[in-house]
Amino acid sequence: MRVWIAAVVVLAWIAPASGAPPAGAAACSGCHAASAAIVSPGPRLVGRDAADIVNAMQEFRTGKRPATIMDRIAKGFTDDEIQAIAAWYAMQR
Amino acid sequence: MNRRKFLKSTAAVSAGLFAPTLIAQAAPRVVVVGGGFAGASCARALRKADPRIAVTLVEPNATFTACPFSNAVIAGLRELKAQQFTYEKVTADGITLVRTSASAIDAQARSVTLADGTRLAYDRLVLAPGIDIRWDALPGYGESAAERMPHAWKAGEQTLLLRRQLEAMEDGGLVVIAAPPNPFRCPPGPYERASLIAHYLKMRKPRSKLIVLDAKDVFSKQRLFQNAWAELYPGLLEWVSLSKGGKVISVDAATNTLVTDFGRHQAAVVNVIPPQKAGSIADVAGVADRSGWCPIDPATFESKQQAGIHVIGDAAIAGAMPKSAFAANSQAKVCAEVVAALVTGRVPSAPKLINTCYSLVAPDYGITVAGVYRPADGQLADVPGAGGVSPMDAPRATRALEAQYAEAWFRTITGEVFG
Repeated sequence: MRVWIAAVVVLAWIAPASGAPPAGAAACSGCHAASAAIVSPGPRLVGRDAADIVNAMQEFRTGKRPATIMDRIAKGFTDDEIQAIAAWYAMQR
Repeated sequence: MNRRKFLKSTAAVSAGLFAPTLIAQAAPRVVVVGGGFAGASCARALRKADPRIAVTLVEPNATFTACPFSNAVIAGLRELKAQQFTYEKVTADGITLVRTSASAIDAQARSVTLADGTRLAYDRLVLAPGIDIRWDALPGYGESAAERMPHAWKAGEQTLLLRRQLEAMEDGGLVVIAAPPNPFRCPPGPYERASLIAHYLKMRKPRSKLIVLDAKDVFSKQRLFQNAWAELYPGLLEWVSLSKGGKVISVDAATNTLVTDFGRHQAAVVNVIPPQKAGSIADVAGVADRSGWCPIDPATFESKQQAGIHVIGDAAIAGAMPKSAFAANSQAKVCAEVVAALVTGRVPSAPKLINTCYSLVAPDYGITVAGVYRPADGQLADVPGAGGVSPMDAPRATRALEAQYAEAWFRTITGEVFG
């Protein structure tokens, strides 16, 4: 858990005041809305625990978690990228 | 403009933008031309990135009609209204919407001239003009021919025209689709359309036949489509490749006939998906090359031909990224961060992008292609090991899930752009 807090703090420090999405995060929002105001049956990531998102992505990548498409997408991201994206989504409202 | 001049002008623009006086004096001005999945999304992301930026969106239409899922409208599975969105939420973000078209762009003076003669000055310009039909590319296929043989490749009245023609056709009629050469908007689109029209014919007019005449030998998700066609539409849907004589070389609208090197196909309903190019303002702005599309820097989406102008969406040459709504939206959000950084004197970071394209082969049968991209060697390149198509051997339950997720994707992305 401490790792995730550190990640959030670092991200908040390097990102501009607007909280710019880290590399890849903006593209995720094509399926996973970046705001809780958007109503969709698509899986919601906004406000989710960052560790849960990281865990899901790692399991999609290894094939441990069944998927239709996330297995193919998760393979395109590094651990660092996944952590930054997860921390960003966790902070969105 | 030669390369040296181009580099000089880029340096000059950058120097101006980084000067603190300019930033202190006035709000940075960004003009976005085109209010589709790329443009509207970029305008909103710019405001989100930095509310100090004055964003103007130039878009003549009051209502946007989305292309994804418009094939379902053609097949009578969905109403056009479900495809239509307005700009209320876009303007509520503090974006100035100018309801007209851009008629000229002066990249040196950094100004856009609107149809009514008004000039808009900009610090950075984003062009998201989508596609235009190349009316000169297929002999016989002009704008009046499209009233008889719809392209339905820009959603709206053309979509409804093709639907009405299918509804009016008698059982036993022949439908022919002409598919274009690469590159074009929505690579799997012609094959999704063929699938859903075949579904309509199977349900409503089962003695009918559908032929796809193709200017290509390979296409997106080909094996998935062809396996599904063999399973769902045997004897109903026939695909004729380029090497089997599928390329349409001219059309005769008066007799509803498509001509290939090998013969003539007269049909009850003809859908010509013609060759395309970037929306015409790209040519006016000098950002389109001889291919008709716009070369860009893969990290910033800045035109390789005109400094200060960024091109996103279908109009751009985006390397491995296809011309899709998802890709356009991905690019829009990256471009917005880049432009926001440049106009406020920050250095943009390296992007990573995603594309996902859902296609319906039947209402309960979905398939996908996905990709992850990064700038490499001057292009947007696939991240190795990622992406690809749905498994060939997936059970029908998986196809049904992908069909459901297709609808969820549409709800999310249209919510992101217009909601």
